[in-house]
Amino acid sequence: MDLLELARGPVLQAAAYILVGGTIWRIVGILLLKEKPDYSEPRASGGLGAALKVIWTRAFTAEPFKSATLYPKMMAYVMHIGLFATIFLFTPHIVFFEGWTGFDWPGLPNNVIFFIGVATIVSGVALIVRRLTSPVLKLISNFDDYFSWLVTMLPLVTGLLIPVRMGIRYETLLAVHILSVALLLIWLPFGKLGHTFLVFITRGTTGMVFERRGAKT
Amino acid sequence: MKYTPTVGEILQAKGVSRRGFLKYCATTASLLALPPSMIPRIAAALENARRPSVIWLSFQECTGCTESLTRSASPTVEGLIFDAISLDYHHTLQAASGEQAEAARHAAMEENDGGYLVLVDGSIPMGNPGFSTIAGVSNHDMLMETVAGAAAVVSIGSCAAFGGIPGANPNPTGAVAVSDLVKDKPIINVPGCPPIPMVMTAVLTQFLTFGQLPEVDKLGRPLAFFGKTIHDRCYRRPFYEQGKFAESFDDEGAKAGWCLYKLGCKGPTTYNACATVKWNSGTSFPIESGHPCLGCSEPNFWDKGGFYQPISTGHFGSGAKLAGAAAAGVALGVAAAAAGRRRQAKFTKEA
Repeated sequence: MDLLELARGPVLQAAAYILVGGTIWRIVGILLLKEKPDYSEPRASGGLGAALKVIWTRAFTAEPFKSATLYPKMMAYVMHIGLFATIFLFTPHIVFFEGWTGFDWPGLPNNVIFFIGVATIVSGVALIVRRLTSPVLKLISNFDDYFSWLVTMLPLVTGLLIPVRMGIRYETLLAVHILSVALLLIWLPFGKLGHTFLVFITRGTTGMVFERRGAKT
Repeated sequence: MKYTPTVGEILQAKGVSRRGFLKYCATTASLLALPPSMIPRIAAALENARRPSVIWLSFQECTGCTESLTRSASPTVEGLIFDAISLDYHHTLQAASGEQAEAARHAAMEENDGGYLVLVDGSIPMGNPGFSTIAGVSNHDMLMETVAGAAAVVSIGSCAAFGGIPGANPNPTGAVAVSDLVKDKPIINVPGCPPIPMVMTAVLTQFLTFGQLPEVDKLGRPLAFFGKTIHDRCYRRPFYEQGKFAESFDDEGAKAGWCLYKLGCKGPTTYNACATVKWNSGTSFPIESGHPCLGCSEPNFWDKGGFYQPISTGHFGSGAKLAGAAAAGVALGVAAAAAGRRRQAKFTKEA
């Protein structure tokens, strides 16, 4: 079994099992926690509406923080949109998802994806530089922050290296790319990357709790 | 001693013009990525070379490799170069049979001890010697006996080079490649199912010219032909870059000649010269005929998933195992939540 077969076979399988098991573990573990008791009369019911409202409003920065967080917010948007496009709109990836789910959708031309990929890496570098240079951010950052950044960047870098080649064989680069994706999938449920599936759960929960307590959302 | 004509004399006798001969030398030099200054050297060496003795052994094979080499559309200089080698044993092509054929092989081995080339097509069964025999001799024994006095061995086709289809899962005959058995001779692999005739002749030409085999990659294949992927040299590559793919064999994309990646083309992981040297006297190659590359010059191409499955398709394992992982996740989640609730209760109490 060569490296590519190993990567796309047993390694990817193991990563998929860990991703599915780990994600469900995290979600079930959080959803089954007891609600916090009310220490004062609830101001509102804190239902689904409150959850949806905060899910939407937290996509934008609150007025007082707008100028201070404009730069990282922009970079984060570029990175997230870039990640979405490179993962879901690159034709070989669509073929990969089609093989898995049976669904396919139109992709973007490769050179557009290449450009988006470079922009995504640039935004990622900008964000890590900010984290490393800001005293406050440095203080509140831990291994999880840096490792999560690394495992997100690796598939981007290894993916972009495939067309560049640099004298390395295509199947070796593809295998390394798949291995880096496997690392990302394995880490995803357990670290801060868990926000991939937890972001709306946590935001919605916050909205519900805030509304019950009468906080402005 | 019997007079052995040179290759030049033989080609002249066959009516090959000087111009045609030099054209062949120039093409071969360019195929082997040699500088133009090498053309006269190739010509001189070829003209003066004595007919090298070649013994062709066919084991577990389908004769497709021989078909590929002999069924060129019209007689070519490469074909004549083949006439110019002394093919002393080839049980499909030789007129002799039975004991006479085997006697020819032994005679060639004795007369050219240490200097003859052994070309092998087909894999060697190791499971049971009786699976494949020639004149009552097992493939293994015939190979080992014949290569003992050879200058070099050329494995023709994917079966001889890597085990090929006979070696495919579950490999019922225990088929192995030549390189699994022969360890003390230079071996060059010319894989393909079948290999390109021009690649074969170029390897032989290089051997005749320089007395040595060409530079090879890690799989023992001549780099000049197997150094780049089909995808790298494919004329449909621009469509891949533009994201234009045929979705089925008869859709508009297929008719427009778009990239066959989504139909399972193995071009990106296949190293061969089909896209440049082409087949049937340079007419076309599989992708040009509208079919994805099967990756036939790569080891284990038969066992690398479906031919029509795109190469980026991953193997996520069975749905049952994924469901098992999900169930384990639920169990762990419930346990984690129970532990969390106990902690919550403790804090609430303390508060």
